[in-house]
Amino acid sequence: MSGDGVFPEAPGAAGCNELPVQRERGQRHVFCGLAGIVWLHRKIQDAFFLVIGSRTCAHLLQSAAGVMIFAEPRFATAVLQDRDLAGMADCNEELDRVVAELLARRPDIGTLFLVGSCPSEVIKLDLETAAERLSEAQQGRVRILAYTGSGIETTFTQGEDTCLTALAEQMPDLPAGERSLLVVGSLADIVEDQFNRLFEELGIGPVHYLPPRSAAELPPVGSGTLLLAAQPFVGETAAALIKRGATLIKAPYPFGIEGTRAWLGAAADAWGIDPARVDAVTAAPIARAERGLARYREQLEGKRIAFLPDSQLEIPLGRFLHRECGMQLVEIGVPYLDRRMMASELGLLPRDARLTEGQDLERQLDRIREERPDLTVCGLGLANPLEAEDLTTKWSIELIFTPVHGFDQAADLAELFARPLNRRRRLAI
Amino acid sequence: MQLTVWTYEGPPHIGAMRIAASMRGVHCVLHAPQGDTYADLLFTMIARNGKRPPVTYTSFQARDLGGDTAGLVQKTLAETVERFRPQALLVGEACTAELIQDQPGALAEGMGFDIPVIALELPAYTRKENWGAAETFYTMVRALLRGRQAPQRQTSGRRPSANLLGPTSLGFRCRDDIVEVTKLLDSAGIDVNVVAPAGASPEDLLRLPEADFNVCLYPEIAHGACAWLERMFKQPTVKTVPIGVGATRDFLIEVGEVAGIDTGPAIAAAQTRLPWYSRSVDSTYLTAKRVFIFGDATHAVAAARIATEELGFDVVGIGTYSREFAREVRDAAARYGVDALITDDYLEVEAKVLELAPELVLGTQMERHIAKRVGIPCAVISAPIHVQDFPARYAPQMGFEGANVIFDTWVHPLMMGLEEHLVTMFREDIEFHDEAAPSHLGPAAKRQGGEQASTTTVAGAEGASANDAVVWDPEAEKELRKIPFFVRGKARRNTERFAQDRGVATITVETLYDAKAYFGR
Repeated sequence: MSGDGVFPEAPGAAGCNELPVQRERGQRHVFCGLAGIVWLHRKIQDAFFLVIGSRTCAHLLQSAAGVMIFAEPRFATAVLQDRDLAGMADCNEELDRVVAELLARRPDIGTLFLVGSCPSEVIKLDLETAAERLSEAQQGRVRILAYTGSGIETTFTQGEDTCLTALAEQMPDLPAGERSLLVVGSLADIVEDQFNRLFEELGIGPVHYLPPRSAAELPPVGSGTLLLAAQPFVGETAAALIKRGATLIKAPYPFGIEGTRAWLGAAADAWGIDPARVDAVTAAPIARAERGLARYREQLEGKRIAFLPDSQLEIPLGRFLHRECGMQLVEIGVPYLDRRMMASELGLLPRDARLTEGQDLERQLDRIREERPDLTVCGLGLANPLEAEDLTTKWSIELIFTPVHGFDQAADLAELFARPLNRRRRLAI
Repeated sequence: MQLTVWTYEGPPHIGAMRIAASMRGVHCVLHAPQGDTYADLLFTMIARNGKRPPVTYTSFQARDLGGDTAGLVQKTLAETVERFRPQALLVGEACTAELIQDQPGALAEGMGFDIPVIALELPAYTRKENWGAAETFYTMVRALLRGRQAPQRQTSGRRPSANLLGPTSLGFRCRDDIVEVTKLLDSAGIDVNVVAPAGASPEDLLRLPEADFNVCLYPEIAHGACAWLERMFKQPTVKTVPIGVGATRDFLIEVGEVAGIDTGPAIAAAQTRLPWYSRSVDSTYLTAKRVFIFGDATHAVAAARIATEELGFDVVGIGTYSREFAREVRDAAARYGVDALITDDYLEVEAKVLELAPELVLGTQMERHIAKRVGIPCAVISAPIHVQDFPARYAPQMGFEGANVIFDTWVHPLMMGLEEHLVTMFREDIEFHDEAAPSHLGPAAKRQGGEQASTTTVAGAEGASANDAVVWDPEAEKELRKIPFFVRGKARRNTERFAQDRGVATITVETLYDAKAYFGR
């Protein structure tokens, strides 16, 4: 692939899995898992997310992504009050009342998620038991599930992982003797459609997605299920599905041409498809993606980039930007390192990549100021202050909300990183 | 538990952050879990601050809970003071930390820092953002000034001076209000001693007692501090909030009384366009427009006065989410002959708007969404703030220039006079259908916006039939469609009530016009 000559090429040997990681502890500047609701409530269209939390949780949800475009969104918060904190029995009764109120208002709700938060965890409110109790009371009219999005347990995209884990337990059994491919992790609808066409041409099917567009149509899982992760943050979900018999396909993530080719290749290999067929099916989209990517590679090549820990996409995106766009990696920060889910990615990073896990915000910013990368990928709270210090930034949340997977989005993905640099060049003020 | 879709205010620790972010030389340490740092983006993205708020979070996680979270607090405090060297340290906790009871304030006080340490009590499960801001400001003023002697103020040979209290980061148009009120006071011969919390350092707060009086610009934030300063340092408080032409004049009169000077010349010399714009004949179409007002108490009460006295509107509803100031809003509501809506439940406000079917909504960004969805013009008058509430241009709400800004802001969303008549006359014109927005908003603008309307909440602004027993004749139904969208719901309900009261089973075109004659416009 690209990047040879200028930077040390990463050998594909297994030893690279041992890339050293520097662990940091201190102030963490990341969203909690509740932020996942911002895209999950759009993705799963018949589900409603009820956070059991504080006013802070409600405030986070409306602040996090400027989602106030919906008159009545498919999420809400049951805000704990002083009297709820007095006794647990009272708290469960209150929850029953709020759920009844909500379901009366929204008879269209098919699946209701009770989402745990920091305060509900600390007071040890057992939402799983509550979900079972409430489900029984609903007598099958509404499925009620629980998962946690609390900041003390989850980091940003991990909220999707805990949500999908709750769904995994509900999935029907795949009949013995049948097989299917299960793609795990939220994808833009348009990307799903593109992948469906490719899988069909490859002769892979049936293909299911988790999360599904409708919670009423959960995909089946069983010993014939081949599990293909589309997002790196679905480790717990993968574990839950493996427990139900599924087999995890080892692959890098479908970002960029190389990642997408390897991802599809791994799926085809596991399905028993002839590699020649994969080459034939992917040749045209790869050629098109290469044409699209070329102009952004020109703009990005040689530029230095640093990732602050945020969405867990940092490693695969760093790999893509380094190997396909010729960028130099100053630092890749991840909130946590899940070595199993990153196994195929770590080997693709250059051996001298500085990988940090966790965060000590002020010290990390000191390093950024000292090294002055051309581009810093960070959360919304940090972007403008870094820009004010004349450091160009890319907000990481856009990487979650934009279709960036697959061949046909490879150029779009590169463009997201080229745009701030482009803007910086244009402005003469 | 309270079911909440949108919230008008954040938790009280956000209020503490707003005070810290308003000031210089102050740093705030919050005992809070990972994730609570989201609040930084309110300051850096919405208000576009070039600096992070001066707030450090302990970022505790589940694995810390079994261990030494108090140790984590102390480590964070020590590192923060070492790194930022603030003149004063605020120490508080967010909702989750309140439950684990580490007492970060007491821990900080025991660490022997050589700067004032101000421990905050921010009850997250009973109080909200504005209360937290007011409490933090009051606590800091008291902590820094307690025990100080009132200074001897010279009475002659100098201009009187005032403190402007209450403007904060994330406050509605505070940035420009400070400039406008400073100019206004200067025009009356009064100097500004300290503006706080916005732009002030702890050292500046020590100079507060030197002023002759305090101006309580934003009561939601400053009333507690003003009352304490009045008690301790005999500084009178000017309570009129100068929003609108009439209120600005009253403000100058009150300032004159408190400062012992004649502000008559300043009032006479004031330049303001609102009175003439409002009297000029093309504003006739504003007469008796039915307006619904919702916001923080200060802005809602001010808006009601402007709406009635300065624009000739009818206030059909007024409300606030500021429970602490419910009395002020109830008093105002009584003056306009309506009931006050005191609630922080967005859905209740929405129901009220739909019930009243006003012609203009003056509200927060929340009401803007309600209004947009049902096709009612809306102007924003109050926080909670939005990126649009930080315009690049100078756009105060206070003082005479503020009144000019308000005139433009409120009138712009409405249909211009003649256009409104044309729409009413030619209901079936293809460009004048219900979905059409005022023509000056562009041909692509649509009343419904691009938004997804919920199908289950409400039956829409038009409202469903209140009574199934009353039947609409198809011709009458057709005639009803010719009434402008935003008043059609009210017309429908009025007609049904009229029919019901008179035992009319089927509403005909005649009934519709009988009802119209009975109720008036």
